Formats: sequence, C-alpha cells, structure tokens
Amino acid sequence: MRIKRLVLLFVVVGLTASLLAACGPAPAEETTAPPSEGEAEEEVQLDEVVIGIYQPMTGAMAAGGEQTMQGIELAHSQKPEVLGVPVKIPLVDNRSDKAEAATAMQRLIEQEGATAVIGSYGSSLSMAGGEVAQEAGVPAIGASPTNPLVTQGNPYYFRACFIDPFQGRVMAKYAIEELGVERVAVIQDVAQDYSVGLASFFRSAFIEMTGDASQIVAFTSFQTGDQDFTAQLTSALGEEPDAIYAPGYYGDVALLARQAREAGFEGPLMGGDALEAPELIEIGGEAVENLYFSSHYHPDAELSPASRPFVEDFEAEYGERANAFAALGYDAYMLLMDAIERAGSFDKDAIRDALAATKDYAGATGTISMDENGDAIKDAVVLTVENGEFVYLTTVSP
Amino acid sequence: MPFQQFLQHLVNAISLGSLYALIAIGYTMVYGILRLINFAHGDLVMVGAYSVFYAAAIFHLPWPLSFPLAILLTGALGVLIERTAYKPLREMPRINLFTSAIAVSFLLENLSIVVFGGRPKAFDRPAFLNANISIGRVRMLSYTPVIIFTGLVLFGGLMYVVHRTKMGMAMRALSRDIETTGLMGINTDRVIMFSFAIGSLLAAVGGILWGIKFPQINPLMGVTPGLKAFIAAVLGGIGNITGAMIGGFLLGLIEIMILAFLPHLAGYRYAFAYAILVLVLLVRPTGIMGEAAREKV
Repeated sequence: MRIKRLVLLFVVVGLTASLLAACGPAPAEETTAPPSEGEAEEEVQLDEVVIGIYQPMTGAMAAGGEQTMQGIELAHSQKPEVLGVPVKIPLVDNRSDKAEAATAMQRLIEQEGATAVIGSYGSSLSMAGGEVAQEAGVPAIGASPTNPLVTQGNPYYFRACFIDPFQGRVMAKYAIEELGVERVAVIQDVAQDYSVGLASFFRSAFIEMTGDASQIVAFTSFQTGDQDFTAQLTSALGEEPDAIYAPGYYGDVALLARQAREAGFEGPLMGGDALEAPELIEIGGEAVENLYFSSHYHPDAELSPASRPFVEDFEAEYGERANAFAALGYDAYMLLMDAIERAGSFDKDAIRDALAATKDYAGATGTISMDENGDAIKDAVVLTVENGEFVYLTTVSP
Repeated sequence: MPFQQFLQHLVNAISLGSLYALIAIGYTMVYGILRLINFAHGDLVMVGAYSVFYAAAIFHLPWPLSFPLAILLTGALGVLIERTAYKPLREMPRINLFTSAIAVSFLLENLSIVVFGGRPKAFDRPAFLNANISIGRVRMLSYTPVIIFTGLVLFGGLMYVVHRTKMGMAMRALSRDIETTGLMGINTDRVIMFSFAIGSLLAAVGGILWGIKFPQINPLMGVTPGLKAFIAAVLGGIGNITGAMIGGFLLGLIEIMILAFLPHLAGYRYAFAYAILVLVLLVRPTGIMGEAAREKV
C-alpha cells in the first residue's frame, strides 16, 4: 500500500514537472518584454482604446450572445482602428445571469479599462449592467435589448434596436390585419423584463386596435427555464383562442410550441425578436411552422443602403446568412465608432454626447436616429418559419 | 373548470409527477444507505440525456442501443464518483461528504458546458413515443404512458431487490448501521458501490425520459429536476423508496393543480407550490412515509 502511494507520488511529480517544462518558454518571454516604456506615453496618446463587450456566451441566452458576437467581430475586423488608435474588444461572459451581468460590467470598466461598452443580449442583463456603467460614467450601447427601461433614466445607455412598445404594436397590427386573429391568449415569461414588457405592450396595442379587452382570452405566465407548460396551455386553450402570443426566448418558446401542438392547437403562434435562433427550429421542429414574430432584420429585407454589403461580407466571413443579432452587433459597434469619430476624442462624455446626436445613420438593420432616451428609431420586420427556415414577410415603419 | 379540462390537467400532472418520482427514487436510495444527499444526482440525469444525444448524433446508434449504453455509461460514472469523491471522505465528518457532493455537481455542470457547449440542443424523440393518444377530449402523446409504466416497473424492480435479495438485505442492514454490518462479514464497500450504480442507472433513465418529454437538453438541465426530486424525496420521507414515489407524484400534482385552479397565480406558481410543501412538512416532519427514526445529517 505504502509503496503504491510512493510510486503514484513519483508519477504525479514527474508529470507535473514535464508539464511545467512544456510551458517553460512563456514566463521567459514576459521577462524579456520591455518594462514600462508605454506608460509615460499613455497620457498623451493612447496605444489602444478598449471597447468592452459583455454578452451571454453560456446559459439560456447563449445563442443570442454568440450571434451578436459574430457581428461585433466582423465589424471589428472591418474597422480595427478609430482616430488612428487600434481598438481592443475584450469579451466578458455574463452567463445569462443578472447578478453576473453587473459583475461583468464592473470587470470591463475596472480591470479592462473600457472607454465604452457594447452589450448585452437580454434586457434584464443590460439593465443589471447599465446601472454600473451609469455610475462609472461609461457610455454603453446595447445591440438588441428592447425593453424601454434599459435606457430610461440612464443617460449613458443607448441601443441600436427599436423598443418593445413599437414591437408589440407591430405584432398586434399584423395579427389583426394579416392573420385575421380575433381571440388571443398571451403567455409571458415573468422572470424576464423583456417578456413582461412585450406581453403588456402587445396586449394594450391589441385592445386599443380592437377596442375590446375581452378578446385577450387568457393572460398567463411561466418562468425562464420552465419545461412544463402543459398547465398554462390546457387552461389557455380551454378559452379557444385563434392565436397564442408568447414573447419569450427561443429555448422556452420552442418547448412551449411543441407542447401547444401536442395539446392540439393548430392556429398561429406569435412572438418577439428573441425567437430568432437556430435552436428555435432545431428544438421546435414542425411545431414552430406557422409561427410569426417581429424582428429587426432579415437578409432578404433591404432596410438601408448598408444592408446588402453587410449580408455579403457576413457570408464571406462565416459562410452562413446573418441574423438580426449579428446585424445589430455589427451596427452597435459601428455606431460607437461613428460616435467616437464625431466626438474626435476618447473622452467618455464626449462620446456619450455624440451617440445621443446620432441621426440618419445607415446601418445594416436600417436607418438609425437616436431619440431623446437613446433608443433607435427604425423599421421592424415580420418573419415567419417556413420549411425550417426564417422567411421575411414584410417591413413595418414606426 | 369543465371536467374534461380537469382530466387533462390530471394527465399532465401524472406525466410530470412520474418523472419527478423516478429521479427521486435514486436520490432517496443513496440517502437511505449513506445518509448522503447526493447533489450530483441531478447532474447524472443530464449526463444520461447527453449520452443518448451523442450516441445518436455521432455514432448514429438507434435508440434500442443508445438507451442501454447511456444508462450503463452513467452508472459507471456514478460508481466512479463514489470511488473518487465520496469513499475517501466516508470516515470524515458528514459535512465533508456533503461539500464534496456539491463540488462534484459543479464540476459536472461546468465540465459539460466546456465539453458539450452552453447552447441547448434538440433531443430526438423515437417515433413510437411521438404518437397521439386521445381519450375523449383528453390528449397525450404515447411517451406519457411509457414514462408512467417505466417508473412503476423500476419501482417494482427496486422494491424486489431491496426486500427480496441478499444484496437488498445487506443494503437495509447498512442503512441501519454501517459499522455493525461490516463486522458481520459483509463487504460494505461493495454494497455501497452497488447502491450508487443502481442510483445512477435510475438517474440516467430519468434523464432520457426527461429529454423525451422536454426535448431540449443543456448542461444545466439536471439542476431543476435534481432539486425537485430532492424535494419529492423529502416530502415522501427521505430514505424511503415508496415515499419518494408518492412524493414525486404529489409534487407534480401540486405544481399543475395550483395553475389549474388559480391561473392568475401562474407567475408565483413555485412560491405557492412550495409553501404547501412547507405546510406538509410542518404537519409531518419526517415526510409522508418517513419513520421517526434517528436523523444523522
């Protein structure tokens, strides 16, 4: 027994030593690097500008985070310098977690020394980080968070996308005019500010347009990560709705759609921009056919002169068609670069002011102007799923 | 509420409850033997589901091969965990074992995020589990009876092993007093290993059925089932296999019926569902089937 242990110990020591030897050169390089030459210069001329990125790269919203990141990286490769200074884009994963999002923002500002920040997919995540950015006076631009509260009362937070009151109205209008829907069941995700907001904006727009509050036949809830929706669906379908509006995230709604079809519901399902992810179709399968949702972008929609070049560049880079989040990530980065150029400096308040003054900027997702809250005013598109593909239906202007 | 709709809710509740019950059995068995709350149990559920996914996605194995393979793999992993993370700590204070279980759980979750990726994956349901069954206006898919049937068969099998075999007798003896059992000439290490193997097999079956019912898998998918199964086990009287079964069904029933009868509470569903559990435990502190035996935790 004792001998065995000794042998084991030797093996472990030997392995560790060989591992260390393999990593040998790395520390040596560090010591040969010139010590503190850059430091004195830094005050006069930055040798790099840090644009911090915080996105969910793991967890329930990982797909959205990854897609956004693709767009940001493409934009960065096309515009790696601003005002003659190279741009660095450190990424911090906020793990789809509100508490983590605040920490991620803190890290970007304090450890990475971010001049400005891009992020995050997920309104709740953006809000959690937004407070931190505001306190530190760091301008932030969200690519796709659509809840109004993200920018309200936060002069440092902007976004490249439209907001939910508009998105809810777009879908209510489409449901009534194009789908001929009269009775709707609404199922919201109570754990997500995005979903709660969008559900209530849809409801008020729908009631306003039909003038009849009783046409919202059911209004019920689930929580992010729930997998069993049978109770909500059984109750809601008992009211015999023509359509179900479920403005949640793709993973949850994919499961919800399957269970709705399994429960015998054949009418249209509807939702918001957070449904656009390959997982919606992979997991939802046939159940998500005949699902309609409002979104920011589709490669087939010519939303501005910048749309076509973006589609081509993205396909050349990644070999696939861009989706809304990639396009918004691209626009968020470019809007920030545009603002820094107009500000003519890396002063955080000057960048903030320049972002606020953005007008008629031709982005991949449309022509963007900032309103007084820092929200982009632009067109929305309505998409559907047909034969396992996202298909562009129409464009709706504000 | 129309009676048909109530029946539909009832079917949904039994379908959900049988999954909780299946996972809770494994939980409660390990606890019964070792007085250890095996936090990694939920993560074995996840490993079971992913094993099937990769067996189908990479090796194109049909389900009659991939299911048993995944179950055996997960069982082996359970034994490995017991040998490396629990056995060396068995003589130490209980809290060490407890902490080790939490560590294993985090290790499995984070390792899976790295290995499998953080994005959810679609779980393919074999066609025979995807057929519609309608009785009157009550609808279900064919996986529902399969899940319930599997749960009952495994429950029966486990009861047989525990009460009718020599190994089961050893397990029961062990749950009373490990040291004395050892003195009687029983190889306690082997019995404990056997219990972990069985517990992990049950977790894998639970994971596969979970994936079939909710065809979306991700590295953290085991957390919620694990937690709920634990609650079901406590509700039924932890350490008691029949109790875990009853607890699981009851939990499913409460979760669904809260929503069925009080739809406007949908957003606070869990708060109310678990408030009821607290009440049950206040009235019966040892759980529904629990004996008023000494607690070692």
